[in-house]
Amino acid sequence: MSFPDDLKYTDDHEWVKIEGTVATVGVTAHAAEQLGDIVYVELPKDGDEIKRGDTFGVLESVKAVSDCYSPLSGKILETNSNLLSDTPSTVNEDPYSEGWMIKIAIEDESELGTLMDHKQYAEFVEEEK
Amino acid sequence: MSKRTPLYEEHLKAHGKIVDFAGWEMPVQYAGVMEEHRAVRTKAGIFDVSHMGQFEFSGKDAFETVQRLTTNDVSKMYDGRAQYSILCNERGTVVDDIIVYRISEEEFMFVVNASNKEKDFAWCKDRLHGDTKIRDLSDNFALIALQGPAAIEMLQKLTKTTVSNMAPYHFKMANIANCNDCIAATTGYTGERGFEIFSTPDNAPKIWSSLIELGAQPAGLGARDTLRMEMKFSLYGHEITDQTNPLEAGLGWVVKLGKTSDFIGKKALLSIDQKNAPRTLVGFKMVDRGIPRQGYPIVTSGTANGIVTSGTMSPSLDYAIGIGYVPTAQSSIGGIISIDIRGQLKRAEIVQTPFYKH
Repeated sequence: MSFPDDLKYTDDHEWVKIEGTVATVGVTAHAAEQLGDIVYVELPKDGDEIKRGDTFGVLESVKAVSDCYSPLSGKILETNSNLLSDTPSTVNEDPYSEGWMIKIAIEDESELGTLMDHKQYAEFVEEEK
Repeated sequence: MSKRTPLYEEHLKAHGKIVDFAGWEMPVQYAGVMEEHRAVRTKAGIFDVSHMGQFEFSGKDAFETVQRLTTNDVSKMYDGRAQYSILCNERGTVVDDIIVYRISEEEFMFVVNASNKEKDFAWCKDRLHGDTKIRDLSDNFALIALQGPAAIEMLQKLTKTTVSNMAPYHFKMANIANCNDCIAATTGYTGERGFEIFSTPDNAPKIWSSLIELGAQPAGLGARDTLRMEMKFSLYGHEITDQTNPLEAGLGWVVKLGKTSDFIGKKALLSIDQKNAPRTLVGFKMVDRGIPRQGYPIVTSGTANGIVTSGTMSPSLDYAIGIGYVPTAQSSIGGIISIDIRGQLKRAEIVQTPFYKH
């Protein structure tokens, strides 16, 4: 599996798109495949403050509940809860685009250094197998 | 060390996602739980359940041994009959739920849960009555469950023995897919019509692939769980444990307190009046958003006095369902309860079960 080269990645299998001071976060196609059919998504509220490593929500498959961890610290600007409440399977069908989960106003730019690029993430996924 | 069933290679061929279950490497899903579940409800699915255990009881007193070990009434059985039953302990709580097969007056077989096999064998071996021998035949059998509206038609294509008119909970010897010494049993754990097919381990791959050729979809443990949940079938370790008695789990229909033999647990169960018992197992559907999961507290009248035993998003119904224990006084159909989902109380409504009806 290869991963979009314009995104950054975490070892919790999230992707991060940096646009200025805004980070958009979702889960990778690898994560979605491992989780199976997503049937329920829980996301934070606009305005919530979040720290790197905090749980910001859950993704539920038929069988299991998976916590989602924030890759960065900041304030929640927007979430994709309307679409994902209605059609949680979007996370499986289009994880990098329509399946985005939250947008964060980046608080600490130095945290960007903790993220992997697409090649490092691909290696990480291989090693986990 | 992990064990593999005779169908392990078939699971890899079908792109099964292998996980550990009770020390066995089993497929939790292949194409996906939703797709496999729906295939079983609309056409046919096949499950590898070869990890389950089979015990043989033989001898002049085999009948009496089985009557004393189990809650259901074996005197209602005849050759070729199968019966759902419970192994209880002296406290009246559950050792395992099983299916009993009567091969002859002096030969019975138990099929038991994989997770309880060693425990059940030791339990039974220590409680044989009179002239009875017990053998663990688990390694002699592979077991494939074929379930769905198309199951009967599919199996009939593979055998000259008439299976199309078998009533539920019966079994017959048959040659299936040119394999001798198979048993076709009209048992199952999905709520659909179908069979559980016993064969020798060597023959299992041939039977499995023959069924796939006829259009049966490989289905894993994930779909097995969602299918049985929609029927409110109990799963050991969830609805029934050694801390629950069969009456509070709604299994009074397999507890025959009137049968002539004494059986282990009878005294304890006789003393229970379920109408006034502390708790009762119910099925509920979520009213607020959220999915109930095993272990989540149930709140009624402002107190956390119940517990979820199983829960999921129902693939057939498209809403979240759960099973759990609540105080008997709060167990009426239509009652509103609250499920504590990760710290938030979400409402649910107690409903009639099975959740799924054809």
